[in-house]
Amino acid sequence: MNLLGLYNYWVFAVLLMIGFYAVVAKTNLVKKLMGLSLFQAAVFLLYITMGKITGGTAPILQKGVSDAVFSNPLPQVLILTAIVVGISTTALGLGIVVRIQEEYGSIDEKDIQEIDRR
Amino acid sequence: MTVLFGVFLLTLAVITALAVVHTRNLVVAVMLLGIFSLLLAINFFLSDAADVALTEAAVGAGISTVLFLGALAFTSDREHRRSGRRWLSLLVVVSTTMVLIYATFDKPRFGDPEAPVLKHIGPWYLEETPKYIDIPNVVTAVLGSYRGYDTLGEVFVVFTAGIGVLFLFSSGGPRSRSNRRQEAPGNQVGLGDEQLLVVVGRLLVPFILLFGLYVQFHGEYGPGGGFQAGALIAAALILYTLVEGQQRALEALSKRALRWLMVGGALLYGAVGLAGMLMGSNFLDYSVLADDPVVGQKLGIILIEAGVGMTVCGVLLTIFHAFVSRGRIR
Repeated sequence: MNLLGLYNYWVFAVLLMIGFYAVVAKTNLVKKLMGLSLFQAAVFLLYITMGKITGGTAPILQKGVSDAVFSNPLPQVLILTAIVVGISTTALGLGIVVRIQEEYGSIDEKDIQEIDRR
Repeated sequence: MTVLFGVFLLTLAVITALAVVHTRNLVVAVMLLGIFSLLLAINFFLSDAADVALTEAAVGAGISTVLFLGALAFTSDREHRRSGRRWLSLLVVVSTTMVLIYATFDKPRFGDPEAPVLKHIGPWYLEETPKYIDIPNVVTAVLGSYRGYDTLGEVFVVFTAGIGVLFLFSSGGPRSRSNRRQEAPGNQVGLGDEQLLVVVGRLLVPFILLFGLYVQFHGEYGPGGGFQAGALIAAALILYTLVEGQQRALEALSKRALRWLMVGGALLYGAVGLAGMLMGSNFLDYSVLADDPVVGQKLGIILIEAGVGMTVCGVLLTIFHAFVSRGRIR
């Protein structure tokens, strides 16, 4: 049970690095953006994990209930906004990818570098 | 039991993430990414983050999938079988994972009430919110009031991303494409002959819209708020576009209106902040907006949440329509 309590953090580390691998090793630009999404999602998981309290509940207060334990609202606020900002930046990235496709006819990093060298 | 369910979900999420990176078919990868988001959303819900789960489900599994597919419509959906410096990357990634996992042994266990992160300002928010703001959802209180500067910044980032996409697509695309668009307006997007999907889609749209509005205006009392509602309403209107075609969607809500929506939301947020200054307090201090400071806080939060919802919805739809108008999404 003691080690199981670290499982979320291990998943965070693994997901973070899966995303990072896609960003550095893949040459397809859309795949890189997907890797970036995975990387982001790993960070979301880390924050939400840290805010959780055993036996706690969502931080929505109820009148007349005084003995409830609430999980920490702050990490949730930070991640809530980060998710929407994340999709906006991903969309911007995809917009750049589409423009690259139109100009270069490819979204593969190697092809693009080759065309640039000519 | 819940912990085991969480472990199960996270294991599935890791497998899905591996599959996303492994597969060469990018459409499959997009679908897997949607499943990954959904798994993560359920896990957030288990970790008491209802607001975050709602956002992740609407954004990650809904809008993100549509945008990725939109981009793939321009490009090839196959990935070339080659990768640069694969072994070096693998070495770096594996060793970093090892270091990160080694570091976790010093972390407090999952759900430990004694963890330092839970001892700092979180309890203060939970205790003082009834006194200063008096709305049940503490997440909304922190988002709208205590950390209003942050949220204003985030709204501007979203706004900037919308402007960025418009800017990128402002130069004309290949000519043949724009000619084709003039020949057959409105036929580019839409499920067209897929009767079953069209009928079900039509039925769903009003209910998603209604739910979006509920999430917007009930955000002070339950999970929800501007970010989630903006994403949900955008998702409903994207579904409408897919069912009815872009032309009819733009008749309902023109591109011009969408731009006003995204500008207006950001301006409304900023104006509420300035109103606080004009009435003799600090920027984004809502206490002075009404005679009773608590009522003022409530009023301020409702107004800025409306602004957030407008901007998020406007930006996401503007980006979607920018992609659709550009190319040949079907």
